[in-house]
Amino acid sequence: MTERIVILGGGTGGTVLANDLADRLGPELDAGDVEVTLINDGPDHVYKPVWLYVPFGEREPADGRRALDDLIDDAVDLRIGRVSEIDTDAQELRFDGTAPAAEYDHLVLATGSTLRPERIPGLAEGGHNYYSESGATALRDELLEFTEGEIVLSVVGTPHMCPAAPLEFVFMVDDWFRERGLREDVGITYTYPIQRVHGNPHIAEWARPIMEERDIAVETFFNAESVDPEAETITSMEGTELGYDLLVSIPPHGGVDLIEAAGLGDDGWVDVDKHTLEAEAAENVYALGDTADTGVPNAGSVAHYQAGVVGRRLASEVRGRPPTATYDGKTLCFIETGMDAASFVEFDYERPPSPAPPSEKLHWSKLAYNESYWLTARGLL
Amino acid sequence: MTDIEPDDTVDARGAACPGPLMDLIGAMRGAEPGAVVRLLSDNEQSLTDVPEWAEEAGNELLAVEELDDHAAFYVEKA
Ligand SMILES: Cc1cc2nc3c(=O)[nH]c(=O)nc-3n(C[C@H](O)[C@H](O)[C@H](O)COP(=O)(O)OP(=O)(O)OC[C@H]3O[C@@H](n4cnc5c(N)ncnc54)[C@H](O)[C@@H]3O)c2cc1C
Repeated sequence: MTERIVILGGGTGGTVLANDLADRLGPELDAGDVEVTLINDGPDHVYKPVWLYVPFGEREPADGRRALDDLIDDAVDLRIGRVSEIDTDAQELRFDGTAPAAEYDHLVLATGSTLRPERIPGLAEGGHNYYSESGATALRDELLEFTEGEIVLSVVGTPHMCPAAPLEFVFMVDDWFRERGLREDVGITYTYPIQRVHGNPHIAEWARPIMEERDIAVETFFNAESVDPEAETITSMEGTELGYDLLVSIPPHGGVDLIEAAGLGDDGWVDVDKHTLEAEAAENVYALGDTADTGVPNAGSVAHYQAGVVGRRLASEVRGRPPTATYDGKTLCFIETGMDAASFVEFDYERPPSPAPPSEKLHWSKLAYNESYWLTARGLL
Repeated sequence: MTDIEPDDTVDARGAACPGPLMDLIGAMRGAEPGAVVRLLSDNEQSLTDVPEWAEEAGNELLAVEELDDHAAFYVEKA
């Protein structure tokens, strides 16, 4: 009998996994013993790290989009449609009655994150973000015109995608205005919900002195409660109010609703064993990338490593062998510290990060990685 | 043992830092003034994070129970 593997979500994790399985299970796919299906709600694969550069006019949103059809191995069955229900008892995914259900023997959830700005009154109307394609282009239009005033970058909650990206934005915006001779007319304030400037104490310790040196004001223990778009103020639960001329936020994040409805975890994140990535509440279900609640950052590099682990585990299962591959928490991240310098961190469940001294070489490495990403997605790197 | 009856409990055991504090803040966001939220955490850092945040936000930390493998924090929303 053919074993059916269904991957839900054609972002970084789902795409890397689909191509990994096409490669790993080549003979079984050819023989018809296995079927791999990738389901995504749109025809394009979106590479989000490009959005960081859009507000500065350095990249176009189109640089972060490719047709899944061109990225996915032909041995994988690609289905475009939005899944509306996961039934882990019947082992099938439903599409609101618009298409036949997809039945599975093994399911992998790679549905990523969803932005929830509506959780903070006034945030959607008053704030900008670079965490969506439309947000990044709207912010670009504002930023390119901006020559004086107060910029506030507020990290509203965690977890959020790419914990390095808020630091990167303030470092880049500082350097960008310096290079243009406008920095004295622009105030920059960074807010973070806990008592440090970053969730990871090692990265926070590294970033804080750089912020001081560069005259980036910091408000910690700042949990945004509401935004008043008329008065241009943002107020925290802790009672601090900040005025802004341009508000950039990292909006609250959640996973996708159907995960909670399926009883797989709270707020759209799937509860998993952080080493095997198996869902805790259902059989034959894995989760990877942002949607897997492992405590590691929501980063593309994490999704990539986890896809390799799930690929090896699934191949073992299909071949009737006990799966032994496990995820060790490996995370890898370039952190832009200006328009032409970057740092780099690598860490896992056991080893804490130790940021590398910023250099131009690391900045070019980050840009080179972004270019070669399409080879990663194809499974070639 | 305390006899405080919490209105809501957030079980953040197993979560890495700053997960437990963020979970507590998330629950406090939706809570009514006067409501008591109980946070369960097995993260060492919570023993300093939670009291510091409660003070900063003007909420009252009513009690901390240190149990065998985790701690329970009772925070009342101002
Ligand atoms: C501005 C920015 C900068 C970043 N920079 C970096 C960086 O430098 N390095 C790094 O490692 N990471 C970075 N990231 C994070 C990275 O982009 C994400 O962590 C990564 O995309 C997660 O991959 P994923 O596969 O879990 O989810 P995604 O890539 O988000 O893919 C999820 C897919 O599932 C689909 N989907 C969801 N629900 C359904 C449904 N019901 N039916 C069908 N399809 C569905 C979505 O449409 C999407 O295609 C950045 C993110 C942002 C926003």
